Amino acid sequence: MKRFTIAILVRNQFGVLNRVTSMFRRRQFNIDALTVSETESAEFSRITVLFDGERVTKQQMVDQLYKLPDVVSIREFDQDEAVSCELLLIKMENDPASRGDILAAAEAYEAKTVNYTRDAIIMQLTGDSRRVDDFINLMRDYKILEICRTGIVSLERGSATIRKVTNL
Amino acid sequence: MHLTGADILVRTLIEQGCEVVFGYPGGQIIHVYDSLYRYQKELRHVLTAHEQGAAHAADGYARATGRPGVVIATSGPGATNLVTGIATAFLDSVPMIAITGNVMNSQIGTDSFQELDITGVTLPITKHNYFVGSVEHLADTVREAFRLAISGRPGPVLIDIPKDVQIASWEYEPQPAVQPDPPKAAKDSRIEEAAETINASQRPFLYFGGGLITSGAQPELMEMADKIDAPIGCSLMGLSALATDHPRFLGMQGMHGHYAASTAMHHADCIVALGARFNDRSTGDRTKFAPGAKIVHIDVDGSELGKSIPAAHGLRGDIKLTLQKLLPLLRPGRHASWMRAVAGWQEDELYQMDSRPGLTPRSAILALNEHLGEDTPVATDVGQHQMWAAQNLFFRRSRRFISSGGLGTMGFGMGAAIGAQLATGSRAVLITGDGSFGMNLNELATAVKEQIPLVILLLNNGVLGMVRQWQTLFFAGHYSNTVLDRRTDFVKLAEAFGAAGEAVADLDGLRAALDRAFAAQGPYLIDCAIGKDEFVLPMLPPGGSMDDIIVKVGD
Repeated sequence: MKRFTIAILVRNQFGVLNRVTSMFRRRQFNIDALTVSETESAEFSRITVLFDGERVTKQQMVDQLYKLPDVVSIREFDQDEAVSCELLLIKMENDPASRGDILAAAEAYEAKTVNYTRDAIIMQLTGDSRRVDDFINLMRDYKILEICRTGIVSLERGSATIRKVTNL
Repeated sequence: MHLTGADILVRTLIEQGCEVVFGYPGGQIIHVYDSLYRYQKELRHVLTAHEQGAAHAADGYARATGRPGVVIATSGPGATNLVTGIATAFLDSVPMIAITGNVMNSQIGTDSFQELDITGVTLPITKHNYFVGSVEHLADTVREAFRLAISGRPGPVLIDIPKDVQIASWEYEPQPAVQPDPPKAAKDSRIEEAAETINASQRPFLYFGGGLITSGAQPELMEMADKIDAPIGCSLMGLSALATDHPRFLGMQGMHGHYAASTAMHHADCIVALGARFNDRSTGDRTKFAPGAKIVHIDVDGSELGKSIPAAHGLRGDIKLTLQKLLPLLRPGRHASWMRAVAGWQEDELYQMDSRPGLTPRSAILALNEHLGEDTPVATDVGQHQMWAAQNLFFRRSRRFISSGGLGTMGFGMGAAIGAQLATGSRAVLITGDGSFGMNLNELATAVKEQIPLVILLLNNGVLGMVRQWQTLFFAGHYSNTVLDRRTDFVKLAEAFGAAGEAVADLDGLRAALDRAFAAQGPYLIDCAIGKDEFVLPMLPPGGSMDDIIVKVGD
């Protein structure tokens, strides 16, 4: 088992996410995280997929993705060659007994408090998935009311970009 | 020029070289049918009895020509009736354009009458599909659909057109027919590595599927077999690519394949697979499949390489172009002991063949062979008759075996035979069984109306023979729902549809009936009685290997 990060440049068209996820579903590729985002061009969207599995399964997934006409190009990232991050919003119960510990942990992780009320604290944290996981695990000692995380986005280090390739 | 969407669609089909379309009208496609009325001199429309028959007819047309078959249906039930036909084409990589009407854009998503999300429904069974939301994109969408359908690994593409887009008008300028994306050979380095493996092989085996026919690589295949001294086998989808009597050709391998072909493949030390996908019906238990073989897998679809069987060398590229680069790198070889072993298995096979006198499934197909011209397309349905046909038909020309392989669609044959007849202009043959024929026999009406010269050889055993065979072998003879006992009089049925027909019970009767059938004007049905306990042999039990092969009943 290995963790793979795959960036997929797709035509920004109606239903394209459905085409990609429908293929994942019918071939039973289990995806850990998936994000869709805008790109520098209105013509394209970028789907970032995080996937734990065997190398042959990953290769089959990439080969099947290339068969979708809306897929323009695909880039696979090693953790070493990519900058990856995601955004977490976490809502904690604002209990005087635990408030100090929560805010101290937030400070250590450089999580930002974005909403503070008598009953709840919402914090925002960006970082790689590992860092986000660690912070959430720390918060499990207190009362988590709600969590929302965006899933990972990745860019290759340096000037390389997701290159366009002829797709068929 | 300024045209309505419906006219643009029909003009674009004509511009793309389409000569005949199959379909069925309805409320949300009525404007397209009005346009078909206007352009009826340029584009022939064949009305079927059911949209499924139309889809299979478009499929049969495409298999026989290599050009996309086109089918048109209305929204809702018209569109869902295409689904089995589209899936059949998808699994066998057949180029097809399916066009459906839909409700007006303003009504989409409101569950209006006969509204259905057919692009959603067909997502997993099309190469791609389109919902054409506005008329300005219509012509280019149709062109792109044709290009996709015929490029790389072919497949069906669906275009869903709301009614208001058919009514709206836009500029149309004819364009030349689209060409497939230029084929490419596999990477040189991969070809060189593969050549080394093939050159080192002592027991090479060449294996091809339907991809060889798409690529047109038969000359290269035969040259390679001669150069490296190798036998050739194929999957069901490869049948008709090589003449049956080609001296190196052992025929179909796999679950019901020829003994020599399956045995040679099992013992090979190198299998060169060309446009075949190692389906479970070809391999049986994959962990025991060809245990000593290094596999060189060449396919235009990279996702097939290593998907089912690990390949020592996966070469993504057009088969013909790749073989042209591979051939000069191959050393001429002689494998006398290997070829002697293969000849021995062929002799064993002759000994195992069903040689009972009188009317048997095999003797029926052999009698039919005597009437087949080089150009005769032979369609089948699915089941025992299909396997007897695959084992015993004599092929002379590529694209003349029209059979549902991947999806295994009973009811495929009637529509497909009609499509193949219209594509080739030659009298067509349908080999079917009473189970399969019962599924889409309504298309007899189409064959009669269009005066299709079609010989229907109905191998009638009164049971669902293939399932019965499994029940005999693996379910202790529990014939659950496989005894039809319908008492259908197929001759009267044919006559009721306006076709001719006769029933035969012995081999001489069949021969005489075939003489009449091949001289008839329109469709001619021969109801040929065979025993209900006939077996398709040899048989590799499902999930089994060559060790488990059954060559004779009682094994």
